[in-house]
Amino acid sequence: MDNTVATEHPHTHETAVHVEHEHIALPQHRHHFETVEQQREAGSFGMWLFLLTEIMFFGGLFFAYLLYRNWYYAAFASASETLSIQIGTANTAILITSGFFMALAVWAAEVRKKKMLVWTLILTTVFGVAFLGFKYDEYHAKWVEHHIPGAHFDIKDFVNPPINPQTHKPIEDPISPDMAQRTQIFFFLYFAMTGMHALHMIIGVGLLFWLIRRAARGDFSAGYVAPIENFGLYWHFVDIIWLFLYPLLYLINRHPMH
Amino acid sequence: MTRTTPKEDSMAETVHHTEAQDPTNVTNPEHTSHHIVTPAQYGLVFGTLLILTGVTAAVAFIPLGWANPVVALFIACFKACIVVLFFMHAKYQSRLIKMTIGSGIFMFLSLIVMTLSDYISRSWGLW
Repeated sequence: MDNTVATEHPHTHETAVHVEHEHIALPQHRHHFETVEQQREAGSFGMWLFLLTEIMFFGGLFFAYLLYRNWYYAAFASASETLSIQIGTANTAILITSGFFMALAVWAAEVRKKKMLVWTLILTTVFGVAFLGFKYDEYHAKWVEHHIPGAHFDIKDFVNPPINPQTHKPIEDPISPDMAQRTQIFFFLYFAMTGMHALHMIIGVGLLFWLIRRAARGDFSAGYVAPIENFGLYWHFVDIIWLFLYPLLYLINRHPMH
Repeated sequence: MTRTTPKEDSMAETVHHTEAQDPTNVTNPEHTSHHIVTPAQYGLVFGTLLILTGVTAAVAFIPLGWANPVVALFIACFKACIVVLFFMHAKYQSRLIKMTIGSGIFMFLSLIVMTLSDYISRSWGLW
């Protein structure tokens, strides 16, 4: 009897070790997932579902834009001309660069290069903040020009466009006072869309500070990349929103200067 | 029984995968051979995105009438596609993730088309 127990004991012990090995292979592996792969897949799946709700959220704004642009095209074209194409294009390039460093950060985490991970995350943040800085500059210009919808909005730039000193012609075609009032709809959508985009960027920069701290501690250089990867998905998503905002807001009816 | 390191573990998984001949993830739906996109690929995508940004800005100054927004949106869609496929690794994800992305885009387009058809049909001929 004793012998039987003695011979069976190593067997059960072996099974226990085996099970433990399958379930706790890596420190980040949560017990409710069968495998690390399953955990990772579930994480990406969840992140993508969140991004789909974000598409729906921004989708409403894009739809409002589409509709009002069709109704008040002249106002939209005229108002779009007042945005700085130089800053808009530069900001697009800055955001793409930020996204590129984020992509490199995911690679650095995958191949467990801690130093590179920290630096690419820092560069991602720097370019993200540069984008926000230019955005602040643009908002400030709108404030100075009285192009913020509301009580202090001024339609004079659209009814009576400034004269270009070289050609002695208006810099753009004047529109009727009634249509000029509609430029407020363009600016409302401009601030709503770019503002919501900027809010996503600010949240992203906040998360980046947290990720940089954890990356510097070595959390993501031992095979655990999910937070970096999922944040990357968020950051690239915010980039994509801008890739559409840029042509829709800045490039409605550009033409060589009169 | 000695514990295998995660590295050996993943190698064992890969062998298992090739033996199973399961390219469409039927027997093991969660299993995706984990693919790492290289910096060279990222660099290529980055360059393409920058060039296309320049192209969009330049084309906007060429008067093409109705084609201007079409060209601008086409370029924006292309840029979004390469960001999703490479920066967001969609190209190397499992079918579940690909399906999720596809259904989201489909849902978005359906909502746009349905709402727009409502606006168009209510004020027929007045737009």
